[in-house]
Amino acid sequence: MIVRQRSGTRLRFSFDGKDYTGVAGDTLASALLANGVHLMGRSFKYHRPRGVLGAGAEEPNALVDVAGPDGRSTPNLRATTVELYDGLRATSQNRYPSLRFDLGAVNGLLSPLLGAGFYYKTFMHPRAAWATLYEPLIRRAAGLGEAPRRPDPDHYAQRYAHCETLVVGAGPAGLLAALTAAQSGERVMVVDEQAVLGGSLLAERRATIAGQPAADWLAATLATLAAMPNVQLLPRTTAFGYYQQNLLGLVERVTDHLAAPDPALPRERLWQVRARDVVLATGAIERPLVFAGNDRPGVMLASAARTYCNRYGVAVGRRVVVFTADDSAYAAALDLQAAGVAVVAIVDLRPDPSGPGVVAARAAGLTVMPGTAVIATTGHWRVTGARLSSNTTLACDALLMGGGWTPSVHLFSQSRGTLRFDAARQIYLPGTPAQRQSSVGGANGVFDLASILAPLAVAGDIPAQGGFLGLVPGSRATGFVDYQNDVKAADILQATQEGFRSIEHVKRYTTTGMATDQGKTSNMNALAIAAAALDLPLPEVGLTSFRTPYTPVTFGSIAGAARGALFDPVRKTPIHPWAEAQGAAFEDVGQWKRAWYFQHIGESMHEAVKRECLTVRRAVGLFDASTLGKIEVVGPDAAEFLNRLYTNSWSKLAVGRCRYGLMLTEAGFVLDDGVVGRLAADRFHVTTTSGGAGRVLAHMEDYLQTEFTDLQVWLTSTTEQWAVIAVQGPRARDLLAPLVEGIDLAAMPHMSVREGRIAGVPTRLFQVSFTGELGYEVNVPAGHALAVWEALWAAGAPYDACAYGTEAMHVLRAEKGYIVVGQETDGTVTPEDLGLGWAVGKAKADFVGKRSLAMMDLQATDRPQLVGLLPAHLPQEGAQIVDRADPPIGSAALGHVTSAYDSATLGRPMALALLAGGRRRMGQTVHITTATGTMPATIVAPVFYDQEGARLDA
Amino acid sequence: MRHSIFNLVRQAFAGNQGWPRQWRSPAPKRAYDMIVVGAGGHGLATAYYLAAEHGLRNIAVLEKGWLGGGNTGRNTTIIRSNYLWEESQKLYEHAVQLWEDLSQTLNYNVMYSPRGVMMLAHTQHDVQSFQRHIHANRLGGIDNEWLTAEQAQAFCPILNIDPSLRYPVIGAALQRRGGTARHDAVAWGYARAADALGVDIIENCTVTGIDRDASGAVSGVQTSRGAIRAARVGVVAAGHSSVLMGMAGVRMPLESYPLQALVSEPVKPVMPCVVMSNTVHAYMSQSDKGELVIGAGTDAYTSYSQTGGLHIAMHTLDAICELFPVVRRMRMLRNWGGIVDVTPDRSPIIGKTPVPGLFVNCGWGTGGFKATPGSGHVFAHTLATGEPHPINAPFSLDRFRTGRLIDEAAAAAVAH
Ligand SMILES: Cc1cc2nc3c(=O)[nH]c(=O)nc-3n(C[C@H](O)[C@H](O)[C@H](O)COP(=O)(O)OP(=O)(O)OC[C@H]3O[C@@H](n4cnc5c(N)ncnc54)[C@H](O)[C@@H]3O)c2cc1C
Repeated sequence: MIVRQRSGTRLRFSFDGKDYTGVAGDTLASALLANGVHLMGRSFKYHRPRGVLGAGAEEPNALVDVAGPDGRSTPNLRATTVELYDGLRATSQNRYPSLRFDLGAVNGLLSPLLGAGFYYKTFMHPRAAWATLYEPLIRRAAGLGEAPRRPDPDHYAQRYAHCETLVVGAGPAGLLAALTAAQSGERVMVVDEQAVLGGSLLAERRATIAGQPAADWLAATLATLAAMPNVQLLPRTTAFGYYQQNLLGLVERVTDHLAAPDPALPRERLWQVRARDVVLATGAIERPLVFAGNDRPGVMLASAARTYCNRYGVAVGRRVVVFTADDSAYAAALDLQAAGVAVVAIVDLRPDPSGPGVVAARAAGLTVMPGTAVIATTGHWRVTGARLSSNTTLACDALLMGGGWTPSVHLFSQSRGTLRFDAARQIYLPGTPAQRQSSVGGANGVFDLASILAPLAVAGDIPAQGGFLGLVPGSRATGFVDYQNDVKAADILQATQEGFRSIEHVKRYTTTGMATDQGKTSNMNALAIAAAALDLPLPEVGLTSFRTPYTPVTFGSIAGAARGALFDPVRKTPIHPWAEAQGAAFEDVGQWKRAWYFQHIGESMHEAVKRECLTVRRAVGLFDASTLGKIEVVGPDAAEFLNRLYTNSWSKLAVGRCRYGLMLTEAGFVLDDGVVGRLAADRFHVTTTSGGAGRVLAHMEDYLQTEFTDLQVWLTSTTEQWAVIAVQGPRARDLLAPLVEGIDLAAMPHMSVREGRIAGVPTRLFQVSFTGELGYEVNVPAGHALAVWEALWAAGAPYDACAYGTEAMHVLRAEKGYIVVGQETDGTVTPEDLGLGWAVGKAKADFVGKRSLAMMDLQATDRPQLVGLLPAHLPQEGAQIVDRADPPIGSAALGHVTSAYDSATLGRPMALALLAGGRRRMGQTVHITTATGTMPATIVAPVFYDQEGARLDA
Repeated sequence: MRHSIFNLVRQAFAGNQGWPRQWRSPAPKRAYDMIVVGAGGHGLATAYYLAAEHGLRNIAVLEKGWLGGGNTGRNTTIIRSNYLWEESQKLYEHAVQLWEDLSQTLNYNVMYSPRGVMMLAHTQHDVQSFQRHIHANRLGGIDNEWLTAEQAQAFCPILNIDPSLRYPVIGAALQRRGGTARHDAVAWGYARAADALGVDIIENCTVTGIDRDASGAVSGVQTSRGAIRAARVGVVAAGHSSVLMGMAGVRMPLESYPLQALVSEPVKPVMPCVVMSNTVHAYMSQSDKGELVIGAGTDAYTSYSQTGGLHIAMHTLDAICELFPVVRRMRMLRNWGGIVDVTPDRSPIIGKTPVPGLFVNCGWGTGGFKATPGSGHVFAHTLATGEPHPINAPFSLDRFRTGRLIDEAAAAAVAH
């Protein structure tokens, strides 16, 4: 029913396929009420018909799905917070076939069977039936709305901000705090979840502030704030989480209220705000009263009815009964009466109510029935009457409840402040804050406008005073505590009777407070009922923790822009475009895209890799090794630093020489490896594996900063600065020679480094090999890498050089038995296991992992050791090795295949493996598991090609 | 009173007023034969098997808060046994076999639901690692099979296998017997069954000290509710294990981190199984109530604060939204953290300690819920006999001295 001219643009919308109109400024709930629609949803378990309980974020009942174009559908939205726009389409949820006739309502008849925790007590026989029969049935019955069916076409944004004062909540308390802070020149942010700022003042038609109507004071205050350059006002923005060091998570709804949003706009924006001070002005939430039939459509919070009337011009009924234990409901009665609604009676639980509201109500001729309770209601789709404890029934079409107010301490509690129980008023209040933060107004238990706005003069306000917790005396325990989850007072009583004594247990057993409103209207009543049943003071039953978020937050907002190509940065080498142009296939290695193989037209991957391998062995190949991690280790103690971190000894490494370095974890297992070159007495060029670059630098910094503080060393990551081109093959020197200046290639030994120029560009030239062939690694500044690569490529033409990718690189190194960290190692492998014992400086006093290497098990001789295998066919990497062809279930594995390739060089499949005591078993036959059985393989040394290493320095 | 449909109907007619309490709330006695510290799932299961299988009735479980309120009541309930090493396979498979009829054993529906746990491979390295697991599992008689990306999508239709994804799904390893169970019911079921056998479960009783006699052996504990004597004490305190063991002078190789999880608002069934992706950090299943249950990561730093950082949830949800684009408009309802105790090799410690009479079961880190029945079962054996069960013998504290580690993280870094 409409009580006053509802100005504003008319908006068309539909609910469950039926068309209605509302006006701009409506929520879906206010618009439906204006059209006389009370039935908006069905409850979770018993599918009871439900109307709105509240007018804001606390709403448990009226959940709808709002559909938009292109598969935009959003389930479980509260009709009370959905802003109306032209063309909005909403549907009800959790009902079949329709909201009015819902087969699920049969659950209501079975409700005695479906009490607290019933599912823990049955569905156990026969054993298999849980998963095949009962659970699928329960799952289908559970759930509220439907998940969207199509990917979300919207996008989301994220912002970071700092301010001196962040005010959460733009009611009178928040606005005053903002004004005070702003006038002192601070940068202030004011956020409020509602579309318009003002909080409780938006529904205040009685009070005057500083001599003017509350609405006028509000408008003037907002105008003042809006005009200040140091103030940022953010409506439609919910502070959902309070984290450490005054970091708050906010979510701003940008387009959901628009009929035709600009597609460039994000749907929502996630803010992370770090504030010096936080003011929590989050207000308070009114509580329902718990009595039989308190959930019929038309039974709602008094403050909600007042909001619908004063703010939206909608009366929630024609004949209204008010049932209260709190003065503020009198304001609702008076405002509704003033709007032309018949207020049948104000039923007040308190024996002798006497506040200003009572006086005003009596003066206005309203019937006040003190010491009386509503103990039941009649009606089905809509409440039709309220049965009183005095045994009369009052006919009505709306019943307003005033159970008192609960301060919204959610964010305070999330900030890890301790709550304090005010026994006289039966409310929890913010106690000692844990961060730089204060709570004001309703959130702090201050309900009267005069105190909140002091020193401004306030008149005509009817502040909240009183309240009642628990089951209304005289009512049956069928009254609902948690509306959405259908938890009745009886369920809570049953839980306590079954021995659940902590409120956390009661909550989990009955599911009270676990619905999508997180118990905003139910927690205190549940607590009181449990406390009464256990005969304990309320605080001794405990308080459930307030978990983030305050209200549900869209996944998309939290994920933000991290989607598609922006999900994780893609790292490409400077040579990537060349490889791409050549039609290379790429593989993901960490964040890097690495050229995997270069497929010529008509070739299979296998053929391409074979060609690449043979070309390197026969002539020469170029390989983009730019992803190798590089760290410049500099300082007078650089050598000593490496001594402590690597197993090898570095002091004697001559300038200009390189060494293969091994790094261990504290547990003694191989962490990373790489070639390290000494450029000067105090300067090393350290390389790491591609995937390990970040990890190794962190490991080094960790030790440098916490353990080796006596050393003067500086570490710089140079991975991105140096691009690396490996030139490998018998013709490598021939290819390079014409391009190199200032370095005597012929005089360079294997494992050495020189500085000079290549193709006119400065280079650090390493003579190293990861293929077993004569090889160089040309380090050049990344900006010149593509040009150098192209020059090398051109120089390679006479030799029929090829570009090879990571797959060929893997095959070539495996043929030589060179390990790849992460493939031959898995964090459980020692240098000795890999046959790399020579790289461990036995004489060194200490290095990371040394102590662990001495442990018994790491010294054992039956540990898995690196061996080569000549298998009958190509095995799978990861296949297990057993000692018989038909291993029975439960057989112990002797080890596993770490690498396996079809070797073009050998003309047969080969593998590397870690095999228990493997080095003692050369020549023996073992069996490798396959998808269907096993295959035999012969154990050989892990070097398949050029055992003597003659080709390295050819 | 037995839990059965018969009693459910009978009680329905009696207004549900005849249900007895599920466990007592006894005052602590001055002495017990044995004390278990920590009434999480593992501690309660230990007490149950001590009573049910070893006939020990004069025992107590001491809990500083409410039973099941630690990680047991905070975890994402993924159950599987397709671990790499034989030692782990035996331990977790022992648990899975107990899960299979735990509801009947305890007469409490713990809702063990073998809906399949599917782990996604996104890189060649993942493929190698999963193949290694599959081969190892097949040898150990544990189901684990390789799926192509298309098969993975058929198993979980909302999974996005678009090859243009930043880290496309290139295959998956599926354990069909893996799944989930209802965490609270596990704690309550064990508590009710243990209580029925006479075990005292004492809540709101914080252990503040561990007493030792002249010989150095354990003689009892100090608690917020007074001193309690016992010659054997088993510490099962998850994230706080190092604190408790410190009371007996034992320094543990443990680090404690906050680990987070979150749920969405409930929706009708969309997610038929459990999907895990370690490479992009995303774990998701759907509860019987309809909430999408999502596991996030640990904070980078050790801490006892049960709130983790917002950035951790952000990192998880961006991965979830990429893998399951239809859920992007859904909303996070609750987000929380628990303190997990992590060992250097990511495997638990179950067994004796250097202090005679003191035993420990900890180090389950991010993945111990699945082991609850098995862990309790073998730890009860250890406490009752003073020696480890063959299944937990390899999981000794001593292994950090001998170097015989069981490193599950190393091979796959999947620990949930
Ligand atoms: C977010 C999250 C997600 C997870 N997801 C999974 C998953 O999907 N699958 C899986 O298998 N595992 C998972 N885990 C791990 C799993 O929850 C734990 O490994 C397991 O529950 C540990 O059980 P518990 O009984 O040892 O510990 P808890 O349940 O934590 O019990 C320890 C108890 O000790 C009590 N206590 C501590 N100190 C004292 C004291 N001084 N005196 C008395 N009592 C004390 C605590 O209050 C607590 O109740 C997850 C963990 C978290 C936090």
